[in-house]
Parts: sequence; structure tokens; C-alpha cells
Amino acid sequence: MSSEKKQAEMIKEISGVNPLKCMKCGKCSATCPSYNEMDIKPHQFVSYVINEDIESLVNSKSLWKCLSCFACVERCPRDVKPGKLIDAARQVVVRQRSQDYLKADEIPELLDPELPQQLLVSAFRRYRR
Amino acid sequence: MKYSYYPGCTLRTKAKDLDAYARASAEALGIELIEIEDWQCCGGVYPLGSDEIATKLSSVRALAAAKEKNQSLVTMCSACHHVIKRVNDDMKNVEDIRTRANNYMELDEPYAGETEVLHFLEVLRDKVGFDELKKKVTNPLTGKKIGAYYGCLLLRPSKLLSFDDPENPRIIEDFIRAIGAEPVIYPYRNECCGGYISLKEKEMSKNMCEKIMESAEGFGAEMLITACPLCLYNLNKSTGATLPVVYFTELLAEALGVKDEVKKEVQAS
Repeated sequence: MSSEKKQAEMIKEISGVNPLKCMKCGKCSATCPSYNEMDIKPHQFVSYVINEDIESLVNSKSLWKCLSCFACVERCPRDVKPGKLIDAARQVVVRQRSQDYLKADEIPELLDPELPQQLLVSAFRRYRR
Repeated sequence: MKYSYYPGCTLRTKAKDLDAYARASAEALGIELIEIEDWQCCGGVYPLGSDEIATKLSSVRALAAAKEKNQSLVTMCSACHHVIKRVNDDMKNVEDIRTRANNYMELDEPYAGETEVLHFLEVLRDKVGFDELKKKVTNPLTGKKIGAYYGCLLLRPSKLLSFDDPENPRIIEDFIRAIGAEPVIYPYRNECCGGYISLKEKEMSKNMCEKIMESAEGFGAEMLITACPLCLYNLNKSTGATLPVVYFTELLAEALGVKDEVKKEVQAS
């Protein structure tokens, strides 16, 4: 198995998503609050997994723009859950050695007095292993 | 009414007021919130990966502690509620997660999603009842025009959260009516504030919060209420329209006439 094929399988397994259920209606992208910031849009994400173009996905800045707001998950008429696919691709990246998107050293300069703990723990969970 | 209570990390630090107003209000309503012992942070976001077990265990511990006492588990923060409710659903319905989590936990009796998870707003709606709440209000907030800010985590995915209609919710509006104020319905009330994106991409969440604020202000809101410390933080970073944003528990305490004593406590701590 090629490594991209393996990674595509891994993304499907971690997410529990069957991308073949997608009927390409585009509702996920239409409802995504981060749409403008994404290079690969949520509906395209599904196709990239189907086509096993994982190299593009793991290098996509979309991984770090998804807010886990579940708008796409809620509104998908086929229950594909694109947000879970994006999270699984993020996991494939951060589970590799030193691929964390957020480093502990960065934290001090990102802080301000009002910043809630919740923000730090949430970002740590999403951005690193 | 006795409940196990899970405050969560931020309610011990930056959002002490969310917690303190809730406790005082609960007492005034005859609700006993019993904090579970040795609770741990829920992690803030639900671990979406189906192979993630360790990150779900803090929620399982809280759920199992409530089960032991045969009590429902009450949450106050939207994020904690989202995480614990979803982990509970996993423990009930996802065999693989249930088995592996129980293997870690080694409880006397395996946990299988028995605990009922209730957000405090649900306690007010479903256990107290908004009509009953209204009767207990001593200081109605008459004439105040308040926008409910739901955000994402209480509502979506609605199949799992079963909180309210995800596209047209009304629980916070009904709450606002119960405390004597006037709810302002505006289109952005269930749009995302940006959540954790505000750590590294501050502009992104600022833009999103400006749209929410402008929408609320445009429809006549004088203030917004939320149940989430991160929503409150992000909304307060908005530099366009700047409505005051407060926790729903603060207004509840005010309406029940217990706000002032709590305020002193919070300021002193």
C-alpha cells in the first residue's frame, strides 16, 4: 500500500467518516465560517480523501482554520461530517514527531490578562498531540 | 433537587463569576449543586478521533462519580457541557470506546452512559420550569433588551446535544422572558465566535465577533448573554459594536435578588 493510501485509510478510520456518502451539494462549504480562510474548502476535503491526495491535505492551511463549530456536521444532508475528516487529517499531522502546530514556547507572547484557561487547553488539544 | 455539579477549569479561574452567580441562584431556587470530588479538566474540546480514549477519561470520571451518587450531572460552561455530553453518548453507544475506557478505569462497575447530563439552563427549563422561575423572580429586569448568544457548543451536533432546535433555538430567549426582560432575536446568535482560533489567529475571531455584535446591536440588543467563558472573551475583543457581554447566571442572580452579595465575594477572591 502506498503511504498516501495508508494515510487516507487512517483518516477514514480516525474520523469514522465514509466520504463516498457525499453528494457534493456544497452545503458544508456554504455554511463554514472559515470558508474564506481555507485553501481546500470543506466539500473539496471530502474529494481529496476519496482521491487519496493526502499530501495536499496535510499541507493545507485549512487544517488550522477549522473551528470545530460543527456547522458542517449539523447541516450535511448526508451525515458525512466534513469537520471530523478535517480533524482526522490534523491528527495525522500532529501525531508525527515535532509536527505540533502550537509550541509551548509560543504561549507567553499569546497571553493576555483576560485569556481564559479554556482557550489554552482547547488549542492544545486541537493543535498538538 | 440535588445534583452532582461539574464546574470546569475556567470557572475556577477567569470565570469565577459564572460559577458564583450560578451557585447563589441555585440556592435561591432550592437546587443543591454538589461539586463532584477531584474533578479534572474536560479538555475544552471534544476529542473527535474515534481512537482517542485517554483524552475522554476525565469526562468519564466525572460521569461515573455522578452515577455512584445516583445523581444527574450539571454543567455550567458550554464547552464542558459539550465534551461531557458527547463522551457520555460514546460510553452509551460506542462499544469500542466503552470497552477501552472501562479497561483503563477499572471501576467497580463498568460505566455505560447511565448518567443524565444537564446544562444548568436545561435544569431551569426542564426541572424548575421557566414559569416557576418567573414566580421566584423578586427583581425582574423589566425593559432590558437582551440578545441570547448561543454560539456552537450547546447546540451542535443537535442529534447528540439534544439541547434545542439548532437553527432556531429559544431556551435562552425563554430564560430572558422568565427573568422579566425582553429577548432580542438576531440572525448571528448561533454563529461561531471563533472558539480556540483566537489564540493564534486573533484577527479571524475578531472579525467573526464583530459580525455577531453588529447583528445583535442592529436588532436592538443592549447586551448579550452567554454560558461560555471563551465566547465571552472573544466577543469582548470585538472593536466594532461593543455591547456588554455577561454570563446568564449573573442576570439570574440579579433577578433573584442575590447578585450583590456574590459580587462582593467574587471581587474579594
